[in-house]
Amino acid sequence: MSLKYESQLREPLVYGNKTYHQVTEDIIRPIEAKPSKLWYIGFYISVALLLFGVYSIYRDVTYGIGQWNLNKTIGWGWDITNFVWWVGIGHAGTLISAILLLFRQGWRTGVNRAAEAMTIFAVMCAGQFPIWHMGRVWMAFFVMPYPNSRGPLWVNFNSPLLWDVFAISTYFTVSLLFWYSGLIPDLATVRDRAKTKLRKHLYGISSFGWTGSTKHWQRHESLSLVLAGLSTPLVLSVHTIVSFDFATSVIPGWHTTIFPPYFVAGAVFSGFAMVQSLMVVVRKVFGMEDYITMGHIEAMNKVIVLTGSIVGIAYLTELFMGWYSQSKYEGYTFWYSRANLFSPYGWSYWGMMACNVVSPQIFWSRKMRRNLYVTFFMSVLVNIGMWFERFVIIVTSLYRDYLPSSWSVYYSPSVWEIGFYAGSFGLFFTCFFLFAKYMPVIAVAEIKYVLKISGESYKDDMSAIENKEAGEFAHEFAH
Amino acid sequence: MAKKKFVVGCFDTEDTLFPAVKKVRTAGYKIQDVYTPFAVHGLDHALGMRETSLHTAGFIYGITGTTTAVSCISWIFTKDWPLDIGGKPHFALPAWIPIMFELTVLFAAVGMVLTFCYICQIAPFVKKHHFHPRATDDLFVMVIECTDKTNTQEAEMFLQNAGAVETKTEIAEDGWWIGRYDKDEMPFDKNLTLA
Repeated sequence: MSLKYESQLREPLVYGNKTYHQVTEDIIRPIEAKPSKLWYIGFYISVALLLFGVYSIYRDVTYGIGQWNLNKTIGWGWDITNFVWWVGIGHAGTLISAILLLFRQGWRTGVNRAAEAMTIFAVMCAGQFPIWHMGRVWMAFFVMPYPNSRGPLWVNFNSPLLWDVFAISTYFTVSLLFWYSGLIPDLATVRDRAKTKLRKHLYGISSFGWTGSTKHWQRHESLSLVLAGLSTPLVLSVHTIVSFDFATSVIPGWHTTIFPPYFVAGAVFSGFAMVQSLMVVVRKVFGMEDYITMGHIEAMNKVIVLTGSIVGIAYLTELFMGWYSQSKYEGYTFWYSRANLFSPYGWSYWGMMACNVVSPQIFWSRKMRRNLYVTFFMSVLVNIGMWFERFVIIVTSLYRDYLPSSWSVYYSPSVWEIGFYAGSFGLFFTCFFLFAKYMPVIAVAEIKYVLKISGESYKDDMSAIENKEAGEFAHEFAH
Repeated sequence: MAKKKFVVGCFDTEDTLFPAVKKVRTAGYKIQDVYTPFAVHGLDHALGMRETSLHTAGFIYGITGTTTAVSCISWIFTKDWPLDIGGKPHFALPAWIPIMFELTVLFAAVGMVLTFCYICQIAPFVKKHHFHPRATDDLFVMVIECTDKTNTQEAEMFLQNAGAVETKTEIAEDGWWIGRYDKDEMPFDKNLTLA
């Protein structure tokens, strides 16, 4: 976590003339205050969505997944689309907290806690889809390898679907541990400020009796660093394995070696977009503009334009390979089912192209990167685009298989499929609202750590140098 | 677990804390601990602490995970129930790499966090004595453990001269106990003898 030196020319990470106490006040105040009306409205909407999702799943379990409009060729539809979409969103949290920690990016401290929370909630949502897709969900535990009375009949360790079980559950566990171990010192801060008995008791339990001892901090640092080191390959492996679900099959459109890096880039892309959507709102609602600064927003927009362009190159490479391979089936999938706007699902391909590749290019302009409205609009657009990407990959590859007689009727989701998706939003936002209300959304201790290195009032005043004429500056420093 | 006498000095910035740590150590006082609101880099070295070997434990947990994965899967697929998958070899190591990797990470992470909690003696429902409530907010709290010979007033004066903004002498429990943060009583409250 060490950020030993930072250039005085860099934009400060924390604005305002803050003291340590002021940092505590600013970040913990929203937890201690009564939730605002906006919070209640948002929370109730989320719970309503969640309940709709629960009802949809109830239908799915009691009547079977025939409740969904999956058909003869399209066996994976909205559910697996949503699964991959949510897993992808989760990746930004780990990227920010782990990879940026290893890269010594100081700006991660402003957004890492909320992004990690987002990861956990997104993975929780993602996990729902394959589980309920099993249909007979009461047998879901069959995916775990354990000695059983059926032989013992083991799971197939050579199957990417089983790798997924391990990857997602490990990812969830490790993210949860990483997030919570970072949260312990901050919960102790909340505990020591608590006025009511109930708060003291509950935050006392959840902060594990943290004292802030130097030895504990030393171990905590070591723990964070190693967990970051573990999470970095983990996050890459998770989406790689998700892409193996497709890439190890022989379906045209799925059977490509480019999938792992392309999926990882797409995951980071959509994840950052989701972080942006949440952060733009959080900083406004909780008044945390001093901690989640324009610099943070801009840095994340840079990641978005980078990963969006990587994804764009991947799309073009796929199209090229569809032609270059001279495989009839590949060519049909890429050039007819996808790239032809007038094919049944061509609209989704071009929707994806517009949202993911064309529109993020706006972020080459610094002015746009620092515009909150553009940022918010783009973050939503990118997530729509990334949802389309998964839809394109799944549906356009499946709807026409090798046997024309089974070519399906046009696939559109049933209300219960949509309900399930809406329910996952409900779950995600219910969790996020509770998190934002009861836990510090910004890592208090980490902000205090960067405060004296990169706080506005601790930076040297550079205005005299910056305002100099170029010639004057050159004259002075040339000699 | 025993009660001991401590002299507590609170510093409001690292700039006074570091020289004070040096002075206090050279004067021969025993620093029980310094409680800080965030990880102050270099403080562990200033206090003469050795490096933590938590990461070594993590490495051991990690290879335990790898070994578990590879031994379990190979036993299952070659001895216990060899599945014929298109006539491919039963010992399909490349296909097991994803699970081997995931279990490595899982074992290392879970093991390290549990070890961290164990060696720091932190857990839900565990309570410890807090020398100053602002130690998790904005104060750096240095705690000196007294011996029979320690003159507490002198020690407090010494800390004040070293830059402490607040000093006090306290008799406190050194270890942890099962307790609640909204209640003050301790299971062994009557035992007030000094160790």
